Amino acid sequence: MKNWPLWEVFIRSKNGLEHRHCGSLHASDATMALENARDVYTRRMEGVSIWVVPSTEITASNPDDNAEFFEPASDKIYRHPTFYELPDELKHM
Amino acid sequence: MSDREVKNLEEMFDAKIARDEKIEPKDWMPEKYRQTHIRQMSQHAHSEIVGMLPEGNWISRAPSLKRKVALLAKIQDEAGHGLYLYSATETLGISREELYEQLHSGKAKYSSIFNYPTLTWADMGAIGWLVDGAAIINQVPLCSTSFGPYARAMVRVCKEESFHQRQGFQIIMTLAEGSQEQKEMAQDALNRWWWPSLMMLGPLDAESIHTEQSMKWKLKRKSNDDLRQQFIDQTVPQAEMIGLTIPDPDLKWNEEKQSYDFGEMNWDEFWQVVKGHGPCNKERISARVNAWENGKWVRDAAMAYAEKQENKVVKQAI
Ligand SMILES: [Fe+2]
Ligand SMILES: [Fe+2]
Repeated sequence: MKNWPLWEVFIRSKNGLEHRHCGSLHASDATMALENARDVYTRRMEGVSIWVVPSTEITASNPDDNAEFFEPASDKIYRHPTFYELPDELKHM
Repeated sequence: MSDREVKNLEEMFDAKIARDEKIEPKDWMPEKYRQTHIRQMSQHAHSEIVGMLPEGNWISRAPSLKRKVALLAKIQDEAGHGLYLYSATETLGISREELYEQLHSGKAKYSSIFNYPTLTWADMGAIGWLVDGAAIINQVPLCSTSFGPYARAMVRVCKEESFHQRQGFQIIMTLAEGSQEQKEMAQDALNRWWWPSLMMLGPLDAESIHTEQSMKWKLKRKSNDDLRQQFIDQTVPQAEMIGLTIPDPDLKWNEEKQSYDFGEMNWDEFWQVVKGHGPCNKERISARVNAWENGKWVRDAAMAYAEKQENKVVKQAI
């Protein structure tokens, strides 16, 4: 028989904050994954909402390609406010 | 990859760690780094899981409902710690089944302290106070270790450990303030757990083989001897406070170094237990193997049910 698949767990610690990845666990289906996530990751009210996602459904960027993949941003310094030199007398900008 | 290229990558890797940057699972890492982490993290996970057994022994015999719910919650936390650590270890490309297999076959080790029996209720106090106390000293520096998933798991673990130690100390304190018989029970537990707790912090620095590499990778931030000294210095006054005696005739405050001198540890016993000849080694492993094997039909049934539900959904969609 197949082993229980792996699920990634994301928890919103309180309303107003985003769900954050906090770890993974094994479960036979989504319902069990949610219940296990509650028992493993929220024993002290660390969450108000849980997402579980089959780990195999996640497509990740490859850190080996980081240089090419993320590079385009680094030479676009004009995207940052400090690129624009303005007189010191100017206030509130 | 040529040797030269690998060496370059390794230098960049070491520099990254030296700059306090974290290593994440998909990043390039030396094979030795991967293997060392699989070994240490899984050993840590196994210790959390096997560590539930000596305490599980007393759940049904806790002296009050309050003590029982606290002990249950403590043990449940240890299960959680094991699970955080197993899932962090799996990010290095080893499956949960392989990890269990290594524990069950004896290939992987776990902390040898859990091979001692829990003879009286006072042992629940001594374990929380001393064993969790020593574990905290070991674990706090790991919150800033170099491998991201391990560091994050340790932050979570450390947040939960303080309750373990406090509930243990309160148990032993209550006994120490009780009848003569209860006081003796507390002292007896301290006598039995003291030395194994000291040795739990690892072999003497002079005999420790991995230390230098582990320091570089931040798997270790303080040496075993330093951790042990820290543990002794913080624990001795706690024992004095509740009127218990540390079972070491050589224990003495050293004014000059501002810490305690202490007696020699019985490393022969330590290595005997590590090699499988402790009082409960067989019992602990067979408890884990039985739980895994006897639970197989449950895991299979759950998987069969999940597959059936999925097929139903697929059929409806067609
Ligand atoms: Fe723990
Ligand atoms: Fe603990």
